[in-house]
Amino acid sequence: MIGMAHFLTVAAIIFAIGLYGVLTKRTIIGILMSIELMLNAVNINLITFSHFITPEALTGQVFAIFTITVAAAEVAVGLAMVFRVYHDRNTVHAARLDEMHW
Amino acid sequence: MFNQYALHHAWLIPLLPAFAFIFVGFFLRRLPAVAGFVSICMSLLSFILSLGVGYGVIARQITVDNPLVQKIPWVSIAGFQADMGVYVDPISAMMLVVVSLVALLVQIYSLGYMRGDNGFGRFFAYLSLFAASMLGLVIAVNFVQLFVFWELVGLCSYLLIGFYFNKVSAREAAKKAFITTRIGDFGLLIGILFLQILFGTLDFQQLAATVPTYVMQHGTALLTIVALLIFLGPIGKSGQFPLHVWLPDAMEGPTPVSALIHAATMVVAGVYLVARAFFLFSVLPDAMAVIAWIGAFTACFAASIAFTQRDIKRILAYSTISQLGYMMLALGVGSVTASMFHLMTHAFFKALMFLAAGAVLHALPEKNDIFTMGGLRHKMPVTFAAMTIGVLAISGIPPFAGFFSKDEILLAVAQVSTPLYTIAVVTSFMTAFYMARLLIVVFCGEEKPENQPHEAPLSMRIPLIVLGVLAVIGGYIPYANNFGDWVRFGAAVHEGIDFSVAATSTVIAILAMCLAWFIYGNGMVRSDKISRRFRIFYKVSFHKYYIDELYLWFNHTFVDGFGKLLYWLELHFVEAILIKVAASLPVKLGNVVRKSQNGNLQRYGLVMFGAMILVVVWLVLLNPLFNGVAGGAY
Repeated sequence: MIGMAHFLTVAAIIFAIGLYGVLTKRTIIGILMSIELMLNAVNINLITFSHFITPEALTGQVFAIFTITVAAAEVAVGLAMVFRVYHDRNTVHAARLDEMHW
Repeated sequence: MFNQYALHHAWLIPLLPAFAFIFVGFFLRRLPAVAGFVSICMSLLSFILSLGVGYGVIARQITVDNPLVQKIPWVSIAGFQADMGVYVDPISAMMLVVVSLVALLVQIYSLGYMRGDNGFGRFFAYLSLFAASMLGLVIAVNFVQLFVFWELVGLCSYLLIGFYFNKVSAREAAKKAFITTRIGDFGLLIGILFLQILFGTLDFQQLAATVPTYVMQHGTALLTIVALLIFLGPIGKSGQFPLHVWLPDAMEGPTPVSALIHAATMVVAGVYLVARAFFLFSVLPDAMAVIAWIGAFTACFAASIAFTQRDIKRILAYSTISQLGYMMLALGVGSVTASMFHLMTHAFFKALMFLAAGAVLHALPEKNDIFTMGGLRHKMPVTFAAMTIGVLAISGIPPFAGFFSKDEILLAVAQVSTPLYTIAVVTSFMTAFYMARLLIVVFCGEEKPENQPHEAPLSMRIPLIVLGVLAVIGGYIPYANNFGDWVRFGAAVHEGIDFSVAATSTVIAILAMCLAWFIYGNGMVRSDKISRRFRIFYKVSFHKYYIDELYLWFNHTFVDGFGKLLYWLELHFVEAILIKVAASLPVKLGNVVRKSQNGNLQRYGLVMFGAMILVVVWLVLLNPLFNGVAGGAY
C-alpha cells in the first residue's frame, strides 16, 4: 500500500536533488532549473498533505496551482535577467558573477 | 477703570517690547526711523501700563502680604510644575515703573546718541529685547520663570556690550561678561534645583509658606548652603566681589546701554532676586551675614578703585559696583525697604550720570580720559547741571534722592553692626570724593583748546532733564509718602531720619567734596604729589588690586596647565594606546569575517541551507518541547 510516507519521501528526494543542483550547478540556467525541482517537491508535499490529512478540502491543490503560476512568472523574470547578464558579461557562470563583495 | 485694566493685563508689559523686538529685529532693521518709533511707542505703552499697575497697587491696597498673582501652567510633568505668570506686589510694581521708565528714556536718548550709526535698527531691537526680558524677570512668579528671564537679560547684556563687534576689546568684554556671570548662574541653577528637591515646588508663594516650617523641623544648615548657592547668581549679575570684573569692561558697549543695563536695571536684578527670595534669606542668619559682608566689602573695595581711574565711564562703573554693594549690604542687615529705595534712586541718578557722560563723549568723540576734558561747563550747561545733580545725589547731599535712600541704609546698618556701619560711612566718604573729582575735572577748570564740545541734541537733553528732576525729587517724595509701608518685608518699619546718622553722612560727604575741590579744583594740593607720596596705594588702586591679572594668572597657570596636561594625555595615552587598540580590533575581526563574504552565490546558498539544517536539528533533537510534539505526531 502506498501511503503518505512514500509521497513525502519522493518529495524529499526531489527537493534534495534540487538543492544539490542549486549549490553545485555551474551555470545560472542550471540553478534556475534546480529551483524548479525544489518548487515541485514542495508542490508534491502540499498535495500529499491535502489528500491524506484534509481530504474534504482542496486547499493544498489550490496552493499548488498558485505555486506553479508564481514559479512560471519567476522563471520568466529569471530568464530575462540571465539574458541581460549574458549580454553584459558574456558569461552565465555563477562562479564568475561574484563582483558583489568587498 | 484703567488701573483695573492695567493690573489684569500686566502680562502685556513685557510682551509689548517683545513685539517691538520681533518687528524691529526681523523686519524693520533697515529702517532706522521706523525702528526707533516702534520701539519707543512700545516702551511708552508698557511704561503707561506700569504706571497703571503702580497706581492700582496703591488704590487696591495690594501689599507684599497679599500680592496679586495670575499664572498659567507652563511645564507640567510628574513631580514638577512650573507656571508663567505675573506677580504684582509693591516691590515688583516699583521695579516695573523704574525699569520701563529708564528704558523709555534711554531709548529716546539713543535717538540722538546713535543717530547715523550703521546698527541703529539692531540697537533698538536689542534694547527692546532687553526691556522685555527685564520686565519679565520682575514679574516672575517662580524661580524657573525668573531664571529664564535672568539668562535672557544676560544674553542682551552680551549682545549690547559686543554691539561694536568689529572692535576687539568689545568682543572680549562681551565674552568676559557672559562667562563671568555664567559662573554665578551655575550656582544659582544648582540652588534652584536644590529648592525643587527639598520643597517640591519653586513657586514663590508656596516656598514662602513652607520655608519657615522646614527651618523649624530641619534646622538651617542645608538651607544656608542652598541660599548661598542662589546668592552666587546675584554675585555674578550684580557685580559683587569677586565676580565684579566684568562690569567695568562692560563699558565697551554704547553709553546708553551702560546707563540702562549696566547701571540702572540689569545689574540690580541680583538685588531684586535676593529681595524677591527674602523669605528664604531672612530665616538664615549666616547667609544674611555673608550677604552683608560681601556687600559692604564690595562697596568699599570698588570705591577705592574708582579713586584713581581716569576713564569717565569706568569711574561710573566702579561707583555702580559700589552702590550695588550698598544695596546688598542693606539686604544683608535685613532692610528690604532701604535696599529697594536705594535701588530706585540709584536707577535715577546713575542713569542720569551715565547719560550725561554719554553727552560728554558725544561732544568729544574718541576721548575717555577725564584729564583730557575740562571746562565743559561753558559749552554744555545742561549736561553740567545734570552731572552736578547726579553727583550731589550719589554723594548723599540733602535734599537730593540719594540722601534719603543712603540714609535709610546707613540707619539700618547702624542698628545691626558697628563695623559694617564704619565701612559704609568710609565708603560714602570715598564716593563723594571720587564723584566730586569726576565733576571738577571734567566740567571745571580751563577749556582745552583742542576740544570743540557742543551741547547735546534735544532728544538727548529731554531724558537728562527728566532724570535730573527725578534725581532731585525721587528721594523726598517716596520718603514723605511712606515708601516703607509698601515696599517692605515683614512688618513695616517707621524709622524716619535719625539726625545723628544723617548729619554724619552729610558732613562727611561735604568734607570729601571740599577735599576734592582743594586737590582738583583750585590746586592747593597737587594730586601728583599725593600719588607719589602714597605710591603703593596709588598703584594698587589704579591697577584695580590686580584682580584681573590674578584671574589671568590663575587662568594661564591652572586652566591652561590642566589643558596642557589633558592634551599630553590625549596625545600619548588616549590616542597612542586606547584609540589604536580600539581601532585595530574591528579591522582584524573584519579581516577574518570578510573572507566569507566572497560574492559567490552558491557559497551563500550553502551556508544558508547548512544553517537551516542546524537550526532544525537543534529544534528537533535538543529542544524538549519539540521532542514532545514530534513524538506525538509520529
